[in-house]
Amino acid sequence: MKEFLIGKLSLESLPHEWFTLGGTVFFGLLTVAVIVLLTVTKRWKWLWKEWLTSVDPKKIGIMYFIVAGFMLIARGGLEALMMWLQQALGASNMPGALGATHGYLSADHFQQIFTAHGNIMVFFVAMGFIFGLINYIVPLQIGARDLASPFLNTLGFWLYVAGVVMVNMFFVFGGQYAATGWLAVAPLSGTQFSPGVGMDYWIWSLQISGVGTTLGAINFIMTILKMRAPGMTLWKMPAFTWGSLCSMIMAVTVFPLLTATIFLVFFDRYFGTHFFTTTLGGDPMMYTNLIWMWGHPEVYILVLPAYGVFSEIVSTFSRKPLASYTSNILGMIGVSLFALSVWLHHFFTMGAGADVNAFFGVMTMCIAIPTTVLVFTWIATMYKGRIRFTTPMLWFLGFIAVFTLGGITGVMLAIPPADFQFHNSLFLVAHFHSNVIGGVLFGVFAGISYWFPKIAGFRLNERIGKYAFWCWMIGFSLSFIPMYILGLMGATRRLDTYDASTGWQPFYVLMLIGGIIIAIGVALQIVQIIASVIEKKRLRDITGDPWDGRSLEWATASPPAPYNFTTIPQAATRDTFWEMKKQSLPKVAYEDIRMPKNTASGIYISIFAFLLGFGFVWHISWLIVVSMVGILACIITRTFNDHTESTIPAAEVERLEIARREKLQHEHNVSADKPTHLDMDADMGLREFIKIAVVWAWNVVRHKQ
Amino acid sequence: MTEVVEAQRIDHTDHEAAANDRVMFGFWVYLMTDLLMFAVLFAVYAVLHGNTAGGPSGSALFSQPQALAETLLLLTSSFTCGIGMIAARKGNKSQVLAWFGLTFLLGLAFLGLEIKEFAEFIHEGHTLSSSAFLSSFFTLVGTHGIHITSGLLWMGITLGFIIKRGLNQPLVRKLALLSLFWHFLDIVWIFIFSIVYLMAFV
Repeated sequence: MKEFLIGKLSLESLPHEWFTLGGTVFFGLLTVAVIVLLTVTKRWKWLWKEWLTSVDPKKIGIMYFIVAGFMLIARGGLEALMMWLQQALGASNMPGALGATHGYLSADHFQQIFTAHGNIMVFFVAMGFIFGLINYIVPLQIGARDLASPFLNTLGFWLYVAGVVMVNMFFVFGGQYAATGWLAVAPLSGTQFSPGVGMDYWIWSLQISGVGTTLGAINFIMTILKMRAPGMTLWKMPAFTWGSLCSMIMAVTVFPLLTATIFLVFFDRYFGTHFFTTTLGGDPMMYTNLIWMWGHPEVYILVLPAYGVFSEIVSTFSRKPLASYTSNILGMIGVSLFALSVWLHHFFTMGAGADVNAFFGVMTMCIAIPTTVLVFTWIATMYKGRIRFTTPMLWFLGFIAVFTLGGITGVMLAIPPADFQFHNSLFLVAHFHSNVIGGVLFGVFAGISYWFPKIAGFRLNERIGKYAFWCWMIGFSLSFIPMYILGLMGATRRLDTYDASTGWQPFYVLMLIGGIIIAIGVALQIVQIIASVIEKKRLRDITGDPWDGRSLEWATASPPAPYNFTTIPQAATRDTFWEMKKQSLPKVAYEDIRMPKNTASGIYISIFAFLLGFGFVWHISWLIVVSMVGILACIITRTFNDHTESTIPAAEVERLEIARREKLQHEHNVSADKPTHLDMDADMGLREFIKIAVVWAWNVVRHKQ
Repeated sequence: MTEVVEAQRIDHTDHEAAANDRVMFGFWVYLMTDLLMFAVLFAVYAVLHGNTAGGPSGSALFSQPQALAETLLLLTSSFTCGIGMIAARKGNKSQVLAWFGLTFLLGLAFLGLEIKEFAEFIHEGHTLSSSAFLSSFFTLVGTHGIHITSGLLWMGITLGFIIKRGLNQPLVRKLALLSLFWHFLDIVWIFIFSIVYLMAFV
């Protein structure tokens, strides 16, 4: 009976080690704090109606940013610091602490942390940020009012959230995450070597969020190909939209492979099949092939939209059209095509033979060609441009430096004989961090600071933003350049301890210091946002076009109305808005606008999907059946509901637009004597911020007394 | 005044037509993703079909007449589904119900045969955990079977709504998507028939 009710759950599954207890307490307090805050401010209904059930891609984009940012700080980043600290303390001649033989983490715990770090950074941080940017910006850039299927979009987002919850669930039930490395290689991931539930959490958090990604990608392909403004041909599309299109096409190509492969791992564990086992004919190497067929394109799925962000930024801040637009776009298409035929370079050492290795080595080197074309178009865009060194531009310049380093070491790794030396060394780890931090994360930061005025209605503080950038640059160099050197010295990845006589410890200590500087950078980014909110009146973007931009997202208000554009713009040229600005604005004629209605179906389906995964993790049969029926019922009620749209009448649109303009006009008059929003030297510095913070805290304390 | 109303009506139908077009396109993209999932399962079967671990191979297990019967049932159901779609475009409700009802029965018969086959194998002690070959066989053919099941479920519910609400535009669109899905499953079955069943006897 007990087994029927709660499956394999027992009292032992509740948290009892320091790190799970810490996690449980942290997440518990956070939940309580959020609930109290919402209840005190009476915001429950507002949250549900305005945000959670919203199908507006702008709101969903912001929710993606919030979840991804939270995961970056609370999980992925923290885990990076924990690993660096362990390695700095992990030399064999140092005494252990907290019950560990070396450093302060047990070997098993360390393994779980590096697995979780990889999963979280790729699936829940990078993917979340990229989807956030695409959600917010792509519809604006193509002049669309909403998405082809707003429902698929909210479903994709909520499945992603269900994955996030699942990956944190072990803090409450189970107390362990997979200790297999982020891709859970077979046969290590089988029940024989990983009997615990940690591996099952891995399966279901990736499976649920992966399905969400596929659905989201289908939706954006539909949107980009079918909903562009009249006149916008494919070869007039902004570079970011192009990068997103390439990325989404790759996502629908490879995410089904991930879904199928994870199902096979799940079958092996749950039904005792023999796909990747070592007995009865299973083939573990097949798993390595299948997972990297998804895994390699995945990094390009992340970086292609970032390429697009950089193309937009370099062109705007050089006040020039993107140099050789066609080459740039062809470069991105080329990267997408090549990326599908290089997966085997992750395991040259597997023994596929010289011919196969040579083919994949050559293909990997070939991918450097379209990438180099991209880098040259960006540099050529700056040539003879009037460059403004704003924060987005700094992130771009930092990206060029770091990403080129990552690219060059990538070509080194592509040489099969050399790879036998580099394989599984820290050299490799440093290489891909150069690309995902330098490429994806810098791209996301650049994109957020570039589009922040559009999203929030006021721009970010430039001064503190620049401090944050330099912390990241210096911290990155301090942590990853020693990592390259350590790799060449023979340090392998995933070491929680090493012999003191290797002389590696000083490098590990340097890496830790670099990590702390990066953490300061992250703290400064948070300070930057707070400081900008404090000064938001002065930083207000009244025109909707703070950077003198070129593409359509700057043609509408900041932040845009729910329907994005009162009239759908005509796209006559490539830098549409740049050309529009030269002509007089056409007279506005208001029209009825049909918009999708809010829906909670995505939330309900995701809750059931989460429960389904949870049921499988703990072998609770009734829960599995109930969740499957629940998912089906939700899908049926949603798809047979024909009333999913409503109309905003033209008069209402007119009223909204006039009200917004009057509000802006009023604020403009109030702040007319103050410097304009473009005056970056007037932004507050750290000293001023601390002064304001101290005065505020003092006032709070005094008020209490 | 009438002009304005007329313009709005045209705008409305345009809006509907564009939405229809998008949904059809999106469904094609979805079918491609589903096909890629099958591609993985086919590849896995291709790699593992010889790994019988001392157990029976395909030629010892499979029955040719059974596979042929399943194929004929599914192909016929694809045909009746096509005829049903023509009726749907004409707006002929009773014919839609008849032809799709027939499709439903043929699909059900196919599924019954497949379940019978699986049950026989399991009864003889050849389960999906007996060998890598059987794991990949059951997973590939079973995944197709699950797709057929969901297709039948979808068909049954849609027919129910047609009886209740009449043959309106959204329901015709649903039928169009369903028929795409059904033909897609037919094509996948052709590959299963050739690669799994026929090649076992080559």
